[in-house]
Amino acid sequence: MNSKNMLLKLLSLMIIGGVLLAACGAPATQPPAATEAPATTEAPTAAATAPSAATEAPAGKMYDGVTINILTFVGPQVAEPLQRRGPDFTALTGATVNIITVPNSELYQKVLTDATSGTNAYDGYLFAPAWIVDFAPAGLIEDLTPYVKKDKDLQWDDVAPFFRDFNSYDGKIYSIPLDGDMHMVYYRIDSLQEAGLEPPKTWDDYLAVAKALNGKDLNGDGTPDYGSCISKAPGQQSYWWIWSIAAPYIQSKGSSQGAFFNTKDMTPLVNNDAFKRALEVYKETGLYGPPDETNQGVGDSRGLFISGRCALTMDWGDIGTLAIDKQNSKVIDKVGAEINPGSKEVLDWDTGKLVPCDGTTCPYAIDGVNHAPFASFGGWAGAVNAAVDQKKKDAAYAFFSYMAQPAQSNADVTVGKTGYNPFRISQFTNKQAWIDAGFSQTAADNYLGGIEASLDSPNMVADLRIPKNHEYIQVELDRILAEYIAGDLTTDEAAQQLYDSWETITNDASRDEQLKFYKGTLGQK
Amino acid sequence: MDFLKARLTLGWALRTPLNIALRPMNTETKNLQSSRIRAVISTATDRLAGSVFILPTVLALLFLSIFPLIASLYVSLARFDIVRGGYKLTFVGLNNYKKLFVGSEGDHFLGKFAPGTPLTWLVFGAVVMALAVFLARYLLSARVSIGGLIGRVLLTLGLGVLAWMFVHTLWGGGRLGTASVTLVYVFVGIFFQYILGLMLAMLTVQNLPGRRFFRVVFLLPMMITPVGVAYMFRMLTDTSKGPFTPIWQGLGLINFSWVNNAWGARTAILIGDIWQWTPFMFIVLVAALESQPIEPIEAATVDGANSWQIFRHITWPAILPVSMTLILIRLIEAFKIVDLPNVMTNGGPGTATQSLTYHAYINWRALNIGASAAVAYMLLFLVTFFSMILVNLIRQRAVENL
Repeated sequence: MNSKNMLLKLLSLMIIGGVLLAACGAPATQPPAATEAPATTEAPTAAATAPSAATEAPAGKMYDGVTINILTFVGPQVAEPLQRRGPDFTALTGATVNIITVPNSELYQKVLTDATSGTNAYDGYLFAPAWIVDFAPAGLIEDLTPYVKKDKDLQWDDVAPFFRDFNSYDGKIYSIPLDGDMHMVYYRIDSLQEAGLEPPKTWDDYLAVAKALNGKDLNGDGTPDYGSCISKAPGQQSYWWIWSIAAPYIQSKGSSQGAFFNTKDMTPLVNNDAFKRALEVYKETGLYGPPDETNQGVGDSRGLFISGRCALTMDWGDIGTLAIDKQNSKVIDKVGAEINPGSKEVLDWDTGKLVPCDGTTCPYAIDGVNHAPFASFGGWAGAVNAAVDQKKKDAAYAFFSYMAQPAQSNADVTVGKTGYNPFRISQFTNKQAWIDAGFSQTAADNYLGGIEASLDSPNMVADLRIPKNHEYIQVELDRILAEYIAGDLTTDEAAQQLYDSWETITNDASRDEQLKFYKGTLGQK
Repeated sequence: MDFLKARLTLGWALRTPLNIALRPMNTETKNLQSSRIRAVISTATDRLAGSVFILPTVLALLFLSIFPLIASLYVSLARFDIVRGGYKLTFVGLNNYKKLFVGSEGDHFLGKFAPGTPLTWLVFGAVVMALAVFLARYLLSARVSIGGLIGRVLLTLGLGVLAWMFVHTLWGGGRLGTASVTLVYVFVGIFFQYILGLMLAMLTVQNLPGRRFFRVVFLLPMMITPVGVAYMFRMLTDTSKGPFTPIWQGLGLINFSWVNNAWGARTAILIGDIWQWTPFMFIVLVAALESQPIEPIEAATVDGANSWQIFRHITWPAILPVSMTLILIRLIEAFKIVDLPNVMTNGGPGTATQSLTYHAYINWRALNIGASAAVAYMLLFLVTFFSMILVNLIRQRAVENL
């Protein structure tokens, strides 16, 4: 009994000891080593040209049994067309498409966490092309240049040059645009005409028009309405609006001049009279807006504008298509769009003061007004995870290509709920699609003309595309702007705090490297 | 039984080592020796078996609780960078903490310090006096110990620093940081949750019609997900589109917004938090009230005690231990508030409604993981500090009751 008992105990100890030793000794699954070179990307196979096959409805299903997971931000906009067209793509190619959505504010970290930790739960990402500078050098997203070259149906040359460039890095294409983003100012044609006002050409005009129409009943419901609706909630889109206002005060000598940093030494262009004036303008628009504007996102502003409650607003191209929605819009054929207002004074980069526009200071001015339209965000674009197997890469690319091809895209950009705006040259030239969607000829000319004027501007400002751009813009600028709007900071304090916090990020990330990236995005050497 | 035998054998063997060595080796001795060796091994395995059997559980627990703590401590001392093929953590020492206290994140974390006013010094002086009296009373008492003294000095210093922070950020042009805002949520929220929970519990233990129904109804808010509560309160506090819009219009407050004012927004969040968590206090206090012995209450009633006297001298002491534990649980939980400010106000206006968890979350979503971990560690220190105070109070109370 004793011996048996002892034997059992010894056996138990040995088994447990063995299990522990095995557990300690077993090779653990290693995340990608920090300095490890990425696996060599295989040359795309014939399957990579699937989009051509996809739209031509091949006899055989090229991606039978392949499932692709696409990550994007929670809809309904942007995700909606992916979800709607996913089954069509499956019918054509056999690939099953899962669309996974997360809140916009979490998208950046979700993509990076997935890719850097080696989880690779997603095969494709629909995200901001400005983030390419973080992902591409780290080898996290696939170089799509060879795929695009073989893909005739994508009609890459039809994509407007700015968007082709914005979706590329270091001469290579890393994402496929499904959307073209450009800020514009929208105004109520009827309200301005009634009041004898002109559409605003400068930001001072914008404030004057907003002030004049604030408190007037703009939709005939007997309730006073608002002169301006520009959202100001923290964590939403404030950091883009402010740059649309600041851009014409800061940049006047062409797109390659840049509006975020001084290209001499990478010091931020924020602690100066130009940015301070932009802060004041942005804050003053709140005086003519809804009472809870400090807690409103762009969805709230759009809702108010298309329900006829605002005389002016600033937005991407979405308002144009939402305004023709027969079910929800009360402003059909009452909306005008134009290039973002400009300024008659611009920043002297050496002194930090505002100086009047003239032939030297504002070479691109129109009627003495310096416009610097801001292509904020750059439009939603699809990128492919570089770490998934080739079949999934091909299928993910094929799906983005399918979505971007004229057959699909030309229809999607005319529908407000998609959140997609025109990005192809043909979408500007062929106005019939817009008229078919419900635009009047005048409204289509006006809307597309506004976007074209912005895209064609030699003084256009592209969104910041350097490493840590998320931290510069969506963390530090967002926080300081929110505190400024709330009255917690004076204009001078806000400018100084932003300058200091951006300098901290630049110093942490290496000033020389950041400057190199920044100049690269401006086409400077 | 085998175990007992083995121990007796081993005891005998240990007591007679010389006898064994001196005797000539015969078969009987050999058998005896072999039996003794087996007994020694058996005893050793007995002793080891317990430890080895619980070892996997201990290791799992250590892995799940201690390892993340150490790993996140390292992360808080590092900077996260994306590099080719993955990521890199670069050790930056106390840089992330330095940013929180004296760097670019200082205003965000500690708040904006305003110059002292007479009111500032008056309030701070009163707090310092109270803390000095507290320390002096302990030193003059008969039960001074080294551990107790160190604990009280740390407590005094901690509360003094927090008081300094509050009096310089609460008024006179100052602004609360995320640390102070979190403390406001925790202490104001728990105070009202406890008072309301106790009042409702007192009400529903009375023999009133419909009390069972209301017990269930009062519990409902706790069952709703915090994000759902946040959206509901966001809607309710929306003066231009919410369901109370006609009332605001009627009162001429159509241009008023809760969220345009820092304290208005914090109040809106506190109302949502109190609404959601009062049921937790309520249900536990109902159980505490119903489990107190009835005899002392009956005796007090016979002696002519009124309701307040019964509550003050019988009910309150009876429910106090439960109340302390209840507050401790809520305290730990309340420090982590994030859903309500995130959904209701996006942390605004400015950063007025951001809690420490929200602050850490903002850094985390930008993949500024080092800074996020540093904020999370400061939160851990605060939670531990206040939990220790409460645990000591509970322990002290228990000792007094012995």
